Amino acid sequence: MSSVAQKKGFGATLWDWLTTVDHKKIGILYFLGGGFFFVVGGIEAMLIRWQLHKPNNDFVSAGLFNDLITMHGTTMIFLAAMPILFGFMNAIVPLQIGARDVAFPFINSLGFWMFFFGGLFLNLSWFFQQVPDAGWTSYASLSIASEGHGVDFYAIGLQIAGGGTLMAGINFLVTIINMRAPGMTYMRMPLFTWTTFVASAMILFAFPPLTVGLFFLTFDRMFGGNFFDHTMGGNTIIWEHIFWIFGHPEVYILILPAFGIFSEIFSTFSRKRLFGYPSMVFATVLIGFLGFMVWAHHMFTVGLGPTANAIFAVATMAIAVPTGVKIFNWLLTMWGGSIRITTPMLYALGFIPSFVMGGVTGVMQGAAPLDYQLHDTYFIVAHFHYVIVGGVVLGILAATHYWWPKMFGTMLNEALGKVTFWFFFIGFHLTFLIQHWLGFWGMPRRVWTFMDGQGWNSANFISTIGAFLMAIGIIVLVYNVIVTSVKNVKVANDPWGDGRTLEWAIESPPIYYNFPATPLVRGLDTVWIEKMEGNETGLTPAEPIKDIHMPNGSIIPLLMSLGLFIAGFGAMYRTEESWGLPVLIFGLLWTFVAMAARSLQDDTGYYIKKDEILRDLKRKGGQK
Amino acid sequence: MDLNKKFTPETWPDHPERATLEAKNKFVGFWLFLGGETILFATLFATYIALKNSGPSGFGFSTQELYELPLVFVMTMLLLTSSLTSVFAMYHLRNYNFKKMQLWLAITAFLGLGFLMLEVYEFSHYVGLGFTFNNSAFSSAFYTLVGTHGFHVAVGLVWITLLIFRNAKRGLNLYNATKYYTFSLYWHFIDVVWVFIFTVVYLMGVIG
Repeated sequence: MSSVAQKKGFGATLWDWLTTVDHKKIGILYFLGGGFFFVVGGIEAMLIRWQLHKPNNDFVSAGLFNDLITMHGTTMIFLAAMPILFGFMNAIVPLQIGARDVAFPFINSLGFWMFFFGGLFLNLSWFFQQVPDAGWTSYASLSIASEGHGVDFYAIGLQIAGGGTLMAGINFLVTIINMRAPGMTYMRMPLFTWTTFVASAMILFAFPPLTVGLFFLTFDRMFGGNFFDHTMGGNTIIWEHIFWIFGHPEVYILILPAFGIFSEIFSTFSRKRLFGYPSMVFATVLIGFLGFMVWAHHMFTVGLGPTANAIFAVATMAIAVPTGVKIFNWLLTMWGGSIRITTPMLYALGFIPSFVMGGVTGVMQGAAPLDYQLHDTYFIVAHFHYVIVGGVVLGILAATHYWWPKMFGTMLNEALGKVTFWFFFIGFHLTFLIQHWLGFWGMPRRVWTFMDGQGWNSANFISTIGAFLMAIGIIVLVYNVIVTSVKNVKVANDPWGDGRTLEWAIESPPIYYNFPATPLVRGLDTVWIEKMEGNETGLTPAEPIKDIHMPNGSIIPLLMSLGLFIAGFGAMYRTEESWGLPVLIFGLLWTFVAMAARSLQDDTGYYIKKDEILRDLKRKGGQK
Repeated sequence: MDLNKKFTPETWPDHPERATLEAKNKFVGFWLFLGGETILFATLFATYIALKNSGPSGFGFSTQELYELPLVFVMTMLLLTSSLTSVFAMYHLRNYNFKKMQLWLAITAFLGLGFLMLEVYEFSHYVGLGFTFNNSAFSSAFYTLVGTHGFHVAVGLVWITLLIFRNAKRGLNLYNATKYYTFSLYWHFIDVVWVFIFTVVYLMGVIG
């Protein structure tokens, strides 16, 4: 675990990444893993749009189309959007609160590997040619009736990945509660840290229902359970409740960190303190709270009765209030600011009208009587893509450009970044705006193809063109990343020049212990305060330089997750193959032995000596 | 952290379970984990209540006929007592009395083992009556709820057994104090869940 920079062989580098517990490296792993699945989900989306670009198309079969829509939704939500956001949380939140790592570095690594193996498990279904095909919501009657192992891949893959997510949530909560630097009170935390905090709390309370629901589904499909089988006394609506008690908070888990990202960007590139900071915090917490109160608005047409529908309709519309507070605060942050239109700022500017449109259509569907008309039409597809792509994905792309120098030490090309933005932004609206009308004109969701002469042809064709523009935008981004990495021009601490929060006061990328001395936080936007007072380093240390306690790397998280991955195959083939049960037991035992090994070894970390830190500081001294 | 640092009852901190930053993190993290577990059991309870007594047409089992309160009463007493003995163990943890702490934890483990064996007997008795996991929605919900609790008890037993043997020769330090303490939190949590199972499943099943 030496910190001295030295040439390492490929094997040693690989081992380093497989065993790392450093939050910055795990952030990059999440970013790369999520980015890979984002591309996979994107390809699935392109195939869907190509199938629908003309009437009576037979580019893919009806069965394959079901596979594609199911895997597109599941991959994008669980394996792309969330892990990429986790990547930014990992890379940035400890820096923003002045910490040297997260509270549980080992569990952090375990969370990543469980996500990775869960995602791998789910996507291996393509190679077994038994792909989940019951939709990303996998409503019970449909998912129980689905033949082959498709839905089994869904249930077990998400179970493994979901466990990792739950651990990541607890980890961020404890990190933010316990590891803040001196002076970093709750009301001085940057908004991205706040939204991470609230999103993590939502993960803690939203993911256990998903765990239970997936167990029910697993039991019903693989172990002879009867939770959802009405002929055995089961109740198929239970799945819908459990899924949406998880699923609705999930969309806020995705959007809140994006809100945090945009809050940072508006403030930085308006060179102004975030307008209405306390109300922003309050709105974030309120959204987190209300997010748990509205799940049944996904179930208006189930027939829960007018009273239940009315209560959930009102609760749903109430969420528009704190969201509106946020929109106005962002607008007023720019008001009178000295605005710089950088790539991240472009995304932030594009985000406001896009997300507002998604929000407004959300309120429309919140009106239960109208929802009876809109339910299961393309209007719904348009709505949730406006909030997820117009909110979360724009946020992810903005953060990619904004924090790239902090994560990788180089700046993405600004001109290419703006090209990406315009292709993606125009393509996005071209794809999804027209789908609102398609919904009004009666085109149902999830249909494999449609007949000629219903007036849907040109709208679907326009939508497909838009999807290709988005794909071009992403290809430009990938090109940008490759060019930037090859050139590898290193940048200084604060390459945007207007950084306000602690991550911009240390080098890019930060040294593995982040802060030679824990910083003293003197207010909201502490680095900005220091710079205004003429302190060019942007930091006031809270303590003298002394030995630093650091965690040891470990391969055990990878091994634990691998055991669950193996057990998953055993559970799936338990009834039809003789090796099924032994493999299931072997995989679980493997995981338990790995857990026991972790428990029995005394891993109390190690210390970096003061001399070594001073040596690092001296070496960097020339650059400042 | 120095694992070999020796303490006396006088130098031992008042709250050894959260005396260091790592310990504080584990302490808070474990409380949060229990919060998530609460939601997990709440979901299982809700499903059980929805599917109680529900089966295929001609289904012959009901809570009134199935459950036998005397057995469940004994199980309840065993588990409640084991919670009390774990409190005694924590009292000795605070006072740096390692031997007595280990003794009370061993007693806790034995009471928990007794509970688990009675639960295994109860389940096998029901299976003998034909009330199997695959028999109906009611049976699936019952075995999943009560069985998930039983699985938690089993995990707790393995955990405390490992802790007792692992630390038998080296005594208390600020590293393993947190482990003991979080085990006791976990054990109380399991106990509280059982109180709800006793009420919602058994009492309301037989009387309600």
